[in-house]
Amino acid sequence: MMALRRINRSLLYVVLIILACLYLVPVYVVVVTSLKANSAISLADMWNLPSSLSLSSISAAWAQLGPNFANSFELAVPATLLSALTGALNGYALSKWKFKGANVIFFLILFGMFIPYQSVLIPLLRVLDMIGLYNTIAGLILVHTVYGIPITTLIFRNFYVAIPDEIIESGKIDGTGYWGIFRHIVLPLSIPGFVVAGIWQFTQVWNNFLFAVALTNPPYQPVTVALVNIAGSQTVQWNVQMASALLVSLPTLIVYIFLGKYFVRGLLAGSVKG
Amino acid sequence: MKGWTHASQGARMSVRRRFSWDQFSAVATLIPSLILLGVFVYGFIVWTGYVSLTNWNSFIPTFSFAGLQNYINVFGTFRFQSDLRNIVVFTALFIIGCLIVGMGLALLIDQRVRAEGLFRSIFIFPMAISFVVTGVIWSWILNPGTGVNLVLKAFGWKTLPSWFLSTTIVPNITLGQIQVGIPLALLAVLIAAVWQMSGFAMAVYLAGLRGISDDIKEAARIDGAGALRMFWSIILPQLRSTTTTIVIILSAASLKVFGLIYAMTGPGQEFVTDMPSLNMFQTTFQGDQFAQGAAIAIVLLLLLAVFIIPYLISTLRQDSSS
Repeated sequence: MMALRRINRSLLYVVLIILACLYLVPVYVVVVTSLKANSAISLADMWNLPSSLSLSSISAAWAQLGPNFANSFELAVPATLLSALTGALNGYALSKWKFKGANVIFFLILFGMFIPYQSVLIPLLRVLDMIGLYNTIAGLILVHTVYGIPITTLIFRNFYVAIPDEIIESGKIDGTGYWGIFRHIVLPLSIPGFVVAGIWQFTQVWNNFLFAVALTNPPYQPVTVALVNIAGSQTVQWNVQMASALLVSLPTLIVYIFLGKYFVRGLLAGSVKG
Repeated sequence: MKGWTHASQGARMSVRRRFSWDQFSAVATLIPSLILLGVFVYGFIVWTGYVSLTNWNSFIPTFSFAGLQNYINVFGTFRFQSDLRNIVVFTALFIIGCLIVGMGLALLIDQRVRAEGLFRSIFIFPMAISFVVTGVIWSWILNPGTGVNLVLKAFGWKTLPSWFLSTTIVPNITLGQIQVGIPLALLAVLIAAVWQMSGFAMAVYLAGLRGISDDIKEAARIDGAGALRMFWSIILPQLRSTTTTIVIILSAASLKVFGLIYAMTGPGQEFVTDMPSLNMFQTTFQGDQFAQGAAIAIVLLLLLAVFIIPYLISTLRQDSSS
């Protein structure tokens, strides 16, 4: 029995390690290709390690992507902060002050998370154009903040439901009002909520392509559009394309590596239930 | 709320009065968001619906009434019929793929393995990167001239797949203008999509597995249930609502798939990898056929609403009754 179990355990690890390696194949390909120089790139040697390490591909990619990186940061940071803050306020109102119709309102907010954004794109473009925000980073910040409200509201509502009502009640007995309770009792407990909502939103905004490609032109395009432009051009070598893909992924991957636990909590919150 | 009915009338009044300002504040907090979403979601959807009923099919906006003509035109095109075939095939296979892979990974990881966190992180990390990055990377890995085909060649494969460049449709039944079946090019896109999203299914399944009480499993074990029996009769039924959740979320993601297709294949030859989302984008912003683009967008929205609205209603009901 024991021997059989040991074999089973070993088999389990073998299978897991093989699967993990399969999932990491794209990482291997991207890193290996990015570290090859233009001259060393050939279709037949795709899987080989570079014979000599070269940073020329990465610097070539950076030369093209650098300005777009600035755009993406200027976009993602304010959009994340604004939608997280709005989500916190909404989540607090919906979880701790249940009023008649709260569920209907919650439904109306949540629906916005699931729509295909193609169904709002034509009016969105016209309205942004009318108010002078078409083809601006500020316009994209507004768009991502608004369409980020459903998910951040959901994350904070589920987060606040887990805070015992007794804490709120004690505040009420002390005579503290709605905003006092939020400011002095709820907000200090909200840091994990902000981390989860912040990481999730940052990742979503950074990775978004549809709004970026529909609402901006050069030089205001975020990195995702720049990457697709580089990949779509016939003249750019594969090593520069892969180096670009690597650079575009780094910010969200670094966040994931250090705060993965919170990213997964955002992921699970996206399935509506807490 | 229910507690109030037990309180005396007087106390109830005073409670109500004392808290009415707070209740007002709660509603007031939500008003800015409701106005924004009211305009940006609901207002714009109505606006798009309106555009889809007009003759605005050139660069200059014209809002004369066209009835359902744009819908009739769109459904009559080879491209949109291909889109419908593709989106059904893609969504079905994508969900099945993610469910099987996600469940498999979750079951493996749930065996109290060492370095569990590391394995979990590896299977979920693709979710942290952009769909367009995935598209760019996999368009190279599955490039017919190199990548995976080099490996297959080394193993002695004679006829190498042309992956996303394939125009073959299996089983290729002619229906109207299009060939119905599974476009093989979509399988290449599916590999990339499942690689990216199976971690989501795994994470949700893992949370579900951890929620099954040990008592049930123990009872089944005492009754002599083997591993397979345990899975089919105990674990799978317990995970039914988890599976529903995953299916709904993944269908929504799948129907909306855009960046991956845009970056990896584009519409493809004979539209074998085209999707309504991409068709809408190109029809509207590259072809200036705004009304037809709007019609495609509305069809796409309705497809999603069929999944999402019942799910949201039932979830919120459960939520408020518990």
